[in-house]
Amino acid sequence: MIDKRIANLDEAVADVFDGATVMVGGFGEAGSPIELIHALIDQGAKDLTVVNNNTGSGEVGLAALIKAGRVSKMICSYPRTANSTVFPELYRSGRTSLDLVPQGTLAERIRAGGAGIPAFYTATSVGTPLGEGKERRTIDGRDYVLEYGLTADFALIKCRRADYHGNLLFNKTARNFAPVMATAARTTVVQTVEVVAPGELDPECVVTPGIFVDRIVTVDSPALESELVALGVSYP
Amino acid sequence: MTDATVIGLSRDEMAARAALDIPDGSYVNLGIGIPERVAAFVPEGREVIYHTENGLLGMGPSPEDGAGDPELINAGKRRVTAARGASFFHHADSFVMIRGGHIDLCVLGALQVAQNGDLANWSTGTPDAIPAVGGAMDLVAGVKRIFVITQHTTRTGEPKLVKSCTYPLTSPGVVDRIYTDLAVIDVTDDAFQVVELSPGVEFDYVRDRTGGKLLPIPETPPEVS
Repeated sequence: MIDKRIANLDEAVADVFDGATVMVGGFGEAGSPIELIHALIDQGAKDLTVVNNNTGSGEVGLAALIKAGRVSKMICSYPRTANSTVFPELYRSGRTSLDLVPQGTLAERIRAGGAGIPAFYTATSVGTPLGEGKERRTIDGRDYVLEYGLTADFALIKCRRADYHGNLLFNKTARNFAPVMATAARTTVVQTVEVVAPGELDPECVVTPGIFVDRIVTVDSPALESELVALGVSYP
Repeated sequence: MTDATVIGLSRDEMAARAALDIPDGSYVNLGIGIPERVAAFVPEGREVIYHTENGLLGMGPSPEDGAGDPELINAGKRRVTAARGASFFHHADSFVMIRGGHIDLCVLGALQVAQNGDLANWSTGTPDAIPAVGGAMDLVAGVKRIFVITQHTTRTGEPKLVKSCTYPLTSPGVVDRIYTDLAVIDVTDDAFQVVELSPGVEFDYVRDRTGGKLLPIPETPPEVS
């Protein structure tokens, strides 16, 4: 019997430990698992390394987790977005650190991590400050740098529809990093708008197969980051 | 001729000029800012498919204000639409398209372009700045042809086309062609080659505002590829 449903958000993130590496899905607000992040704030784990493309906006979701002082390091490609003020302030005062990774390299590092590939060569960042100090190799006359696969203890992602075996469907560009993060984390926690019985999803259309998913929690009307920010909400 | 006279192309005219050079059937990635405007000017009869690196091939125009889906956005995080025949995919696949050389053309903005094609467009390198790179380095490393659209000089009149970049590089030697308010310019191994001057603009005027070696339009124009 396989049923990955978890009763509530608190239980879904209960075992996130201090010092854990946590991948968080989303590109800006699209795909951001706000309710799972808020549950993680309530849960209290600290000294986290967080992997996300951005650093959140306003004082909700990922930005609220950073503001609460729980994130000691961000691995991301673009920590500057509209309404993103929390991270710059903590970064400048030295209370959090940044590992800046080109967006495609970030996606591929996560993909490689999930695929059991420890490292790969890429042309991205050759000849730039972000390529400095990296192992280099020339292959067929072109220069490449070595990049390492990235794995995590937990992934927190959001989807539109799941079955309780963990097969997932997403909504438009909210898919972004979620499928690769699901493969790269030891424990993948999914918040879904809707959960159905196995067999109800067309196998031809499943985006993330259930083997990559460990926990499913239903959040039937997830909040939108931009709406919370517009309302001036500050979590908690 | 004085600087007080407004000469050269407007931002929309620059976008429209670049759009003329986008071949029918291309897969194209447009950067944020002036490059985004290019899509509106592609001549009728050409079918062009737009890629946005957050996971959509077949990007359509932005919906009316307040309409659309907050989970259907472009790389600039603005709401867009999905064109007929569009597809969604995850980030690793999206960058397979970019890094694997599947995208034909990318149009980007720039802080500086050097006469050898080096591009700087992600950081001014000031110590206090929060560094942010996004997909810029992946795009220029992987896309087949790189077009830059930029004002010819900064707001304070400094050349943006320079002998060598002083800002941190996005990638060395990647820019193929530059569209400025003053001219269309090809990048050769060691010089800027003027291809076309904007209406009413003299070569000397452009040369005075260019930091690197600028070559005039050849007597016999090179064949357009």
